[in-house]
Amino acid sequence: MRREVPLVLTAMVGLTMIVSHFIPPFNILNDLFEDWFFIIAAFAIYLGVLNLLRVNADKIYKKQADAPFGLVVILGFLVITIPGLFFSGGRSFSDPGTPFYYLYIHVYYPLSATMFALLAFFVASASYRAFRARNVEATMLLVAAFILMLGRVPIGDWMTAWLPEGYRLGEWADWIMDFPQTAGQKAIMIGIALGVVSSALRVILGLERAYMGGE
Amino acid sequence: MNQETNQEQKSFWEKLLAIDRRIIFLFIIVAVALPLFFRVSMRIPVTPVAEGTYGAIESLPAGSKVLASFDYDPGSMPELQPMAEAFFRHAFRNDLKVIIMGLWPQGPLQANIALEEVFQDEDLKAKNLQYGIDYVNLGFTAGNEVVIDRMGHSFEESYPKDGQGTPLSEIPLMRGVRNYDNVDLIFNLSAGYPGTQEWVQYAVDVFHVKLAAGNTAVQAPAMYPYVQTGQLSGVLGGMKGGAEYETLLGIPGRAVRYMFSQAVAHAVICLFIIIGNLAFFSMRKRRKA
Repeated sequence: MRREVPLVLTAMVGLTMIVSHFIPPFNILNDLFEDWFFIIAAFAIYLGVLNLLRVNADKIYKKQADAPFGLVVILGFLVITIPGLFFSGGRSFSDPGTPFYYLYIHVYYPLSATMFALLAFFVASASYRAFRARNVEATMLLVAAFILMLGRVPIGDWMTAWLPEGYRLGEWADWIMDFPQTAGQKAIMIGIALGVVSSALRVILGLERAYMGGE
Repeated sequence: MNQETNQEQKSFWEKLLAIDRRIIFLFIIVAVALPLFFRVSMRIPVTPVAEGTYGAIESLPAGSKVLASFDYDPGSMPELQPMAEAFFRHAFRNDLKVIIMGLWPQGPLQANIALEEVFQDEDLKAKNLQYGIDYVNLGFTAGNEVVIDRMGHSFEESYPKDGQGTPLSEIPLMRGVRNYDNVDLIFNLSAGYPGTQEWVQYAVDVFHVKLAAGNTAVQAPAMYPYVQTGQLSGVLGGMKGGAEYETLLGIPGRAVRYMFSQAVAHAVICLFIIIGNLAFFSMRKRRKA
């Protein structure tokens, strides 16, 4: 029963969603399932928060090697949650001027942007070590990357300003984006769509059971 | 003698290939930071895809309602925040009404930050824009693409109240706005999932609403097929897209200013790739010899 009940429920919900999409009178079932989804999504956020606190509190309680990081996570959570919940002065927590907004702008904002900005350094280092014209395919990739990297910024047009209009690096970059790139994207999209349809059918028919764990 | 020189050259290329990555990091930080101190005016060529986004907003008559979904966080702020600011300047200059929402929790906050910035403009101050009349921020709702689908039937079912806790029925701007039929355009700023792709699949394809977007440079190429098919009016790609939008708007802002920095950084990365390949071929030639 532990396996059969989830399988039957999955098949029922999957089939209902397909039927309700194509046959308008069944739209009411679509709305009903969406209501359930919203409730589950809202609870998932609370569950995520509780899990985050439990895992990190556990690390501190067991004095694991990374317990100090757990403490930082819990303190960070409390420092940003308490002002948002209790010290917004009757306004929305996200309004300019609230303590939450201040913390968001001066702590979360620069930290988050810094994490993402580090990518530039790793991309540069990885390009230097790995971007090699080892064979024909790699050379084509390298040439395309070169044209795009220089053509997508004004320096590309500046370097090729001596060429007649239509042959400058920026125009080459636009051509790559509009034709080979778009054609490749379309092929990927169609492939993914077919893969999603076959995966969905496998789940509905009970052939794919990995979502239940195991197998 | 010749053998000694070869030995020296070999060690030079080997050393070059094994260069400490911190030296590369140093070059990058100089390439990114130094140009920020200079005001270099660079011509920004405008692409048709960026013109599509600009044109979709520009063609709306005054009083039109635009649903703006902010689906990104501060990590993508350097690319998308200039677009957000340019969008608000564009919308308010043309007297459009803006309904802000977010499928990412941080999105509506990013919108507030952009609003705070553009409200410093003297011409917008003169317009005396009012919350609830000229713009409204509905905030964030969990549910990803299901939120998009549900809003096609009713905004109120996904957002019973705005970010301030005011019921939608009490907000003047939201009167008469039931679903996508009552908005003239959706403008989406996206850094991933859920984002522009979901707006195309669940709003444009199902409810036939008009959509224009701004994406991170990584995500923008995936949107080109949608622009070609007409499902998406246009897309602004990365900081370059933001700079193109600012150029079209005639208000050069942060994106235009930062393009010089991005251009120098790209040039330095290309230089590193050339050096790396020279070293690679030199060593390969030597090994074969």
